Amino acid sequence: MTGATLHGMLLRCAPLFALVALIVAITLLAGMADAVTVRRVILSLVNVVAVIGLYIFMGNSGVLNFSSVGFMAIGAYVAALLTMPANAKGMFLPDLPGWLMAAELPALAGPFLGGAVCAAVALVVGLPIMRLSGIAAAIATFSLMFICYIVLGNWTSLTGGQISLMGLKSYVGLWTACGFAVGAIAIAFAYQETRWALALRASREDPVAAAACGLRVAALRLGAFVLGAFVCGVGGALYGHFQGTLRVESFYLDPTFLLVTMLVVGGMRSLTGAVVGCLVISLLTELLRLVEVGVPVPGTGITLGTAAGFGDVVLAALMLLILIFRPNGITGGREVLGKLAGSGGQK
Amino acid sequence: MNTLVQFAVDALSLGGLYALTALGIGLIFSVMRLANFAHAELVTCAAYALFALSAHPLVMAVAGSVLVAVALAVLTERLAFRTLRAADPTTMMIASFTVSMLIQKILIFALGSRPKSLDPVPVLSQAVWIGPAQVSLLKLVTIAVCAVLLLALTLFLRRTSFGLQMRAAAENFTMARLTGVRANAVIVVAFALSGVLAAVVALLFAAQTGFVQPRLGVPLMITAFVATVIGGMGSLTGAAIGGVLVGVVTTLLQVFLPPDLRPFREAFLFALVILALLVKPNGLFPARGLKERI
Repeated sequence: MTGATLHGMLLRCAPLFALVALIVAITLLAGMADAVTVRRVILSLVNVVAVIGLYIFMGNSGVLNFSSVGFMAIGAYVAALLTMPANAKGMFLPDLPGWLMAAELPALAGPFLGGAVCAAVALVVGLPIMRLSGIAAAIATFSLMFICYIVLGNWTSLTGGQISLMGLKSYVGLWTACGFAVGAIAIAFAYQETRWALALRASREDPVAAAACGLRVAALRLGAFVLGAFVCGVGGALYGHFQGTLRVESFYLDPTFLLVTMLVVGGMRSLTGAVVGCLVISLLTELLRLVEVGVPVPGTGITLGTAAGFGDVVLAALMLLILIFRPNGITGGREVLGKLAGSGGQK
Repeated sequence: MNTLVQFAVDALSLGGLYALTALGIGLIFSVMRLANFAHAELVTCAAYALFALSAHPLVMAVAGSVLVAVALAVLTERLAFRTLRAADPTTMMIASFTVSMLIQKILIFALGSRPKSLDPVPVLSQAVWIGPAQVSLLKLVTIAVCAVLLLALTLFLRRTSFGLQMRAAAENFTMARLTGVRANAVIVVAFALSGVLAAVVALLFAAQTGFVQPRLGVPLMITAFVATVIGGMGSLTGAAIGGVLVGVVTTLLQVFLPPDLRPFREAFLFALVILALLVKPNGLFPARGLKERI
């Protein structure tokens, strides 16, 4: 009996194992590559964390969410302020309150505290906003991102405003990023196997019927929103500590649209879609960058390349084509090995 | 008195621009439930057309920019949005992002991202006096043009056969098709109209800013999009009133916020947006066709 249950459990977790294996395989491969490629892979893994944070709420609830980049910004600034050396803070932010100026926590506390602050903020702002659906929810969460951007960009004593914050501890290497990506995948998978997530997906398919069954849709959404904000905050902290510098501009329209597009291109209704969408777009970006730099044709001494900026055009065109030919995303909202698991095939 | 006149001119000229942009977005949304973020690029490309034709007489430049915006609007419909009509609204919205990004990247690739200065109607840059108040002629003309266009659009929608078909399609698309309204024709006309509106906005907005760059239309589109949602997505009256309302509130915040808080003006605006949505999730003038039936 216990053997059968264990077997069932393992099968149910098949998508989780497959995705973790994919991330670890990418990390192993990247370990053999040159420094530039390694940096690109680290950035994609950080993006995987952020897109998963977006997926936890958007995928399970079906409600559009443009606020994730705002939470990334909060997470990044919280982590930076709590872990930066006091003398660096004194140089960039002379007006910080004393306790914050003195705070110099171990580096790894940053992402978790950043995520925790995001979760707290999400709890407060989510309480009213989670009652909205559809386009109203899209605009409300968009407004939230905008408010984060304006407030962080103008609260000069706390964030430095429009100037860049430099000197963040750079500890986000390949395996750190890999560890956090695997952790985010595990959190999202564990969450989507709970009954709350199942109930939330029921409300995604038919909000009226779900409410009629006694599900408290707003509360279910709030749970996912808070968890998603935590993961986004962790992603933002990693992003800051990977770059080593922080600018409010990095958390505005472009990444907002990019992260949502990654999720939708991959297929917003499955965790596999979130991971695949992020990796595919990162890979395309990298390939197009290579083409822009120029690819030497072996044996001829000729370098084939395109003009600068052409890669961006092709990338946008490819994303549009994917959406036209696969409106439900590359994965169509299915989990990898979902058939094995038996439950993954959400339509 | 004169500050009041100045305030009214500021608020109405800004609100008028938002209203025209919001109408362009609202027209498309009402007939095909597409939140078209690529509307920003219609404005941008029309402004680039004005720049390219700036050596020619104004009439030709304006005609050229209208042509460019209409052609681009119809082209995006034909190539991207028509195939996605059956997809869910999220996918359509994201597709319009990618269309918007594609056009922006093409502009950056072809023309560079550096702003190009233009002054389409130099005669408007002078100031005029209304009693004791000094106001810019451009703002007065903006208000007048917006009023005329709103009137013309209302007449088109109320008095012409195509207008009737569009209103029918906005109310219930399937039912309208059953009574003989041609879906493709209505949608193409809606896109063409949104192109015309975008070209007018481009002229007025470029005259105000004095330059054009690949992201010119984006902030305008975002505010106008917010305005359509506040007004009531799918309702054209709502879009127009929402646009004016956002213009008035923005100007009010600019005047009445203490100087310390003025950099945070947009944050206050968007906080008010969230509040408005919490009170009226379907907007101030909910479209009848959008009401969910169970």
